[in-house]
Amino acid sequence: MSQIDFAGALLDPDLPAPAGLTAWNGSDPAHRFRIYRNNVIVSLIDALADTFEVTQQLVGEDFFRAMARLYAYANPPQSRLMAFYGASLPAFIATFPPAAALPYLADVARLEYLRVVAYHAADLPGIEAENVAAALADQETLPNLAVALHPSLAVLASASAVVSLWAAHQGILELSTVSTDSPETALVLRHGLDVEVMQISPAAGAFISTLQSGASLGDAAAAAATIEADFDLVGTLGLLLQKAAITALKPSRRPS
Amino acid sequence: MTTTPCFMSTTAGAPAARAAALPARGGLGLKPEHFRTILATRPNLGFFEIHAENYMVDGGPFHRYLTQIRRDYPLSIHGVGLSIGGEGRLDEAHLDRLAALITRYEPQSFSEHLAWSSHGDTFLNDLLPAPYNASTLHRVCDHIDRVQERLQRRMLLENPATYVEFAASTLAETDFIGQVVKRTGCGLLLDVNNVYVSCTNHGRDPQAYIEALPLAAAGQIHLAGYAQDVDAAGAPLLIDSHGAPIARAVWDLYRFTLERSGPLPTLIERDNDIPAFPVLLAEAQQAEELLQACLSEAAA
Repeated sequence: MSQIDFAGALLDPDLPAPAGLTAWNGSDPAHRFRIYRNNVIVSLIDALADTFEVTQQLVGEDFFRAMARLYAYANPPQSRLMAFYGASLPAFIATFPPAAALPYLADVARLEYLRVVAYHAADLPGIEAENVAAALADQETLPNLAVALHPSLAVLASASAVVSLWAAHQGILELSTVSTDSPETALVLRHGLDVEVMQISPAAGAFISTLQSGASLGDAAAAAATIEADFDLVGTLGLLLQKAAITALKPSRRPS
Repeated sequence: MTTTPCFMSTTAGAPAARAAALPARGGLGLKPEHFRTILATRPNLGFFEIHAENYMVDGGPFHRYLTQIRRDYPLSIHGVGLSIGGEGRLDEAHLDRLAALITRYEPQSFSEHLAWSSHGDTFLNDLLPAPYNASTLHRVCDHIDRVQERLQRRMLLENPATYVEFAASTLAETDFIGQVVKRTGCGLLLDVNNVYVSCTNHGRDPQAYIEALPLAAAGQIHLAGYAQDVDAAGAPLLIDSHGAPIARAVWDLYRFTLERSGPLPTLIERDNDIPAFPVLLAEAQQAEELLQACLSEAAA
């Protein structure tokens, strides 16, 4: 037996058990091998169920576990760090025919994965308020200033009501009041020890995403203004500061 | 930490947390759902154990809470992903992550499994068996030599729970482990539940198995619960589930082991269907009672 045969049979339930297995009492070793098969696939499904809790609630446990089983066989972990297993499950869901009737499902899964990433992201303090105040007061340099955002931060712009769906499953909102096909933009970040999910305007989402790509405040504000003419720049910056999500001020990469 | 200063500020942590070795007491696996309870109640426990891979993350609550808990308790770091029994080379990037974690938390003990868990780029997230023969022995010893060299410390190797055996095996598991210990100088993490599970699954006598192990090299004991199944012939097949209370038979085998090994740091492992913290604490206290009895008998 080589481990490639053993591993292959673990991940393909249609393959026979690997050759060379024995049992002390002469019983069929293939029957015993199924313990390993079961341990592997159940542990992978359980890991996905931990990360994608709301996704599971939305489709029910049976549907979720059947879908996760197919995903896990096709996409076994490539890393020993199981906390981050399932990064490609949202994309899998988006093209999974049985989930086609739930167009919001993939984005809910994306949101949940972003929460896991935020939970384990590096610890960095937000910049001091006085530093920000000084920078904001300098109208000359302000538009060219770029910022570093907290490593936990992510924006998810969805065609579905992802934040409301997520909130409904935290008991924050009544699920029946959620119109699933209303577009929503989510801001995910960790503030202190708590991962927060907030709904922000599409313009604020564009602003923050543009900042995250390294652009200046001026360019980010311009990107936001193409979506919403009277975009609330001060309020959005205030939110980022309040959540300690700006970790450094830096000169921007000027467009060449 | 190799030295213990005479005076310690409270922020430097309890002296036990700085000891050179795990105490011969009961310990518990550290579970995120119990972080706050532990910090609020400071339970009287010998040590905590973490799975190394769970803490190979950049930041966030896991590191925050572990840092606080580590100030007051000795720590065991238990790896589940090194794949020491693997046919391929050890993953050096993973060893680097492990070395960084060990530098950061200065655990009293580091242990891994006599098993493999990855093949090529695929991580199988399970502890898989290998045949006990000369080529596996050579490979496992090479891997342990590399781990001990890279981490600059002795590791403990855990005996596995297995459900199949191999036609290619030429050595008994206990002889294999004895050879590894002798050749590499590593210690033994004696998982008493695994002994009971494997011996039941392969028709062996668990007491004879314990007596055939290099008990002088044992540095820690694991206790856990198992699930029950049957094989194709209807014979009992036990599964190392870590999802149930420790069975009576395993407590008995633990007592038998202590009578031969002397008192050892003893971890209660529970990774599935995790109960409220006091339930686990009670199991750790049950282990401590047996450890105390073992010490009293030794003194008598």
